Amino acid sequence: MSAISSRRKPPRVGDAPWVRRSLIGFVLIIGAFLVVAPLLVIAVEAFSQGLKAYAATINHPDTRHAIMLTVITALIAVPINTLFGVAAAWAITKFDFWGKRFLLVIVEIPFSISPIVAGVAYLFVYGLQGLFGPLLDAYEIKILFALPGIVIASMFVTAPFVARELIPLMQAQGRDLEEAATSLGASGWRTFFSVTLPNIKWALLYGVVLCNARVMGEFGAVSIVSGNIRGQTNTLPLHIELLYHDYQAAGAFASASILAALAVITIIAKVALERRGAGRGRKKLSAANAVATETIS
Amino acid sequence: MKIRLQNVVKTFDTFRAVRDVSLDIESGELLALLGPSGSGKTTILRMVAGLEYTDGGQIYFGETDATNIPVRDRGVGFVFQHYALFPHMTLNENIAFGLKVSRVKRNRAEIDARVQELLRLVRLEGLGDRFPAQISGGQRQRVALARALSVDPKVLLLDEPFGALDANVRRDLRRWLREIHDELGITTIFVTHDQEEALDLADRVVILNQGEIVQQGTPKEVCRQPNSAFVMTFLGDTNKVSGIAKNGKVYVGNTEVQFAYGQADGPVEIYARPADLEWEDLHDGIPAQVTRVLDRAGERRVIATTREGDLLEFDVPPESSVEAGDNGHVVIRRAKIFPAAARA
Amino acid sequence: MKRNVLPGLKLSLGVTLLYVGIIVVLPLAALVFKAASLGPAEYWSIISSPRAFASYRVTVLCALAATVFNVIFGLALAWVLTRYRFPGWRLVDAIVDLPFALPTAVAGIALTALFAGNGWFGSVLAEVGIKVAYTPLGIIVAMAFTSLPFIVRTVQPVLEDLDPALEEAAQSLGGSDLEIFRKVILPLLTPALLAGLSLSFARSLGEFGAIIFIAGNQPFSTEITSLLIFIRLEEYDYQAAAAIASVLLITAFVMLALTNYLQARALRYTVRS
Repeated sequence: MSAISSRRKPPRVGDAPWVRRSLIGFVLIIGAFLVVAPLLVIAVEAFSQGLKAYAATINHPDTRHAIMLTVITALIAVPINTLFGVAAAWAITKFDFWGKRFLLVIVEIPFSISPIVAGVAYLFVYGLQGLFGPLLDAYEIKILFALPGIVIASMFVTAPFVARELIPLMQAQGRDLEEAATSLGASGWRTFFSVTLPNIKWALLYGVVLCNARVMGEFGAVSIVSGNIRGQTNTLPLHIELLYHDYQAAGAFASASILAALAVITIIAKVALERRGAGRGRKKLSAANAVATETIS
Repeated sequence: MKIRLQNVVKTFDTFRAVRDVSLDIESGELLALLGPSGSGKTTILRMVAGLEYTDGGQIYFGETDATNIPVRDRGVGFVFQHYALFPHMTLNENIAFGLKVSRVKRNRAEIDARVQELLRLVRLEGLGDRFPAQISGGQRQRVALARALSVDPKVLLLDEPFGALDANVRRDLRRWLREIHDELGITTIFVTHDQEEALDLADRVVILNQGEIVQQGTPKEVCRQPNSAFVMTFLGDTNKVSGIAKNGKVYVGNTEVQFAYGQADGPVEIYARPADLEWEDLHDGIPAQVTRVLDRAGERRVIATTREGDLLEFDVPPESSVEAGDNGHVVIRRAKIFPAAARA
Repeated sequence: MKRNVLPGLKLSLGVTLLYVGIIVVLPLAALVFKAASLGPAEYWSIISSPRAFASYRVTVLCALAATVFNVIFGLALAWVLTRYRFPGWRLVDAIVDLPFALPTAVAGIALTALFAGNGWFGSVLAEVGIKVAYTPLGIIVAMAFTSLPFIVRTVQPVLEDLDPALEEAAQSLGGSDLEIFRKVILPLLTPALLAGLSLSFARSLGEFGAIIFIAGNQPFSTEITSLLIFIRLEEYDYQAAAAIASVLLITAFVMLALTNYLQARALRYTVRS
């Protein structure tokens, strides 16, 4: 059982061999069913009609457009979200002000809200029956059923991601380093780039990677705001749905395989970054990630 | 640079950390802010630095009113309790930081030279390419000092500089800090709760309690003439005996204690250091019985109880034959007497 | 009175408030506004319609079942990952995050392919008479899949930080493994478990993409609330969509408050000063 054979240690709770074996077995079996099998079935179904059919689907103009739309959305939404996340983390962790806890809760809200609700909410702001609908229509500005709508709906859904990674970490790091830098004469920007940023860079990257994965995979909210127009406003997840309901299962899985591959890459990146210390701040405080702890020095 | 605090006040929410503190610090002085936790000493230090803003009062640097000047422009060197060294920079880069962001532009060669000079000053030359994680706590503290000195500060401020270090390392660093101060002559203020440290290092000691200055003076002055029971007990081991003052004399039980006491009659408390008590079998003194004898290297410490129930601790020569259970008398050679505190 | 020592409050706070205001608060406010504009009678008749009610029932019950499963499986997973070392454990640790990283639509079609009557698992289960796809069981599977990481990742750090001295003390006092687990370890895990549980439940309530492929989407039996909203939108019945969406929104807020409360309680146990 244990790979360490030369050192005997008294058994801890749950170290009895039969407990170990059955728990590990239980976990591996269900894990295989629930988590590994979906990945496998995607691969299998994607290539079920052969390599040529796979390539044909990927190269189809609609698929290519969907990929491009997904990528562009990510290229816009993720950097903006990152800037926001950094600003929010800086404001919340380096200062004390009234309403800080409340702000933290609001930042975390999108995490708890169904993407459908998000989509509907956006409809009621920018859609024809929404707040700005008539105004936008008058100026012929298209937000919904076009790229802008997709982008901001995606930003809603992923708004907390970067902030969530940074805040517990920066909270734990305290303000000493920044105070030291300021006392040595550094300006705000200099302090941030030379002192703060290097110490949060892995957590930042981690948040960006997660944010990106979510943006590219967003389905519910984008379903509503995009209008679902094939070849024009379908992101890749929507394209997958379209193909699936068109009885082009193999095609749907082929497109899905791209996103599945992205998910695998995301996980690899996540592991690599965790090795460098990202996510640890969140893990340690994950039981209290929405509670801003105040410190009076 | 002479520093003056005038009626400085600081409140956190409802907690009054610093209440109306006024203090003059002479140029080139090495001053200790000494007090228990919560006494406001760190808050005062941070206000001098500009890391906190006052809620009332002024702070003068020389003739200039520095109260509202941001920390960046005050020209202070601050050494943090936990060093606050930039973990992602080498020691060289840490020390160079203040020089690089300075308004006075220096070229690369000048900066490097200054960094090496500072490393030599703190006796860490050759370690410049290491990272903070790779050196010891005492070495980190020295780097923090070097970094604070790099900006040619007008005043050097140290927050519990040796708090996180072993006792031996502390003593060495203490000595070394004094040498550096004497060599450079910068006005220096440091905060500590360790009275030995304050008395060892400082030209002048300012004792704080609950946000107010209780006493200030040279180490000799505060030790020899403590102005209150608090100062007396805070500065070192003390024995306390309750007594009564009557007609200018002081009595413990039926024994008259031979000290002049010029204040009003009434209950008093007599404070004496262990070294100022002696054990006598026969002569007059306060009757007491030995409850425990503690043998230590080089001394024997006796714990005795008076008839009134006061516990006394003092030393006897190692070859003395005092044992637990012995009855005898304790003679007080030197003491400070204060009126008994009103039971708060 | 309070001036700040570090720079950048105005800029960072300004950016934050602007972003949060436009991206988060504005849409939610618009939704609430729209739902409120219905008037109480109309609002109530929509959200209490038989079909809506059926969707709540389906959604909540399935979420509960999925959460129960996830508590058991998630706890076991966290335990195995923290306490045991076996070849490939690093892989398992990484894979736990797959449901978090995988797009919901992709998960949806994959799970359907697996559990449909002719799928790898579906066919085997059909032999014993269990139908997963197009039944509430399918919804539960999809919900369990997408919410799994929440419980594992909340419990894991607490398990890792558990003071071994506590177990050793219990052992020295003569407790059996099961007793120690029940009386010492589990109570210490409970706050984190509850926090993860509520996160998982909230996620399941709102899940859409992973469910609609496998669910069958029959009104009154396998239609989840978020799908009902979607259908109302396709019918251009915006008022109904707003009303039902507001129900989900309110539920989300309640769950958020609950989670915050539970996480604050967990903080009491996990933070060592």
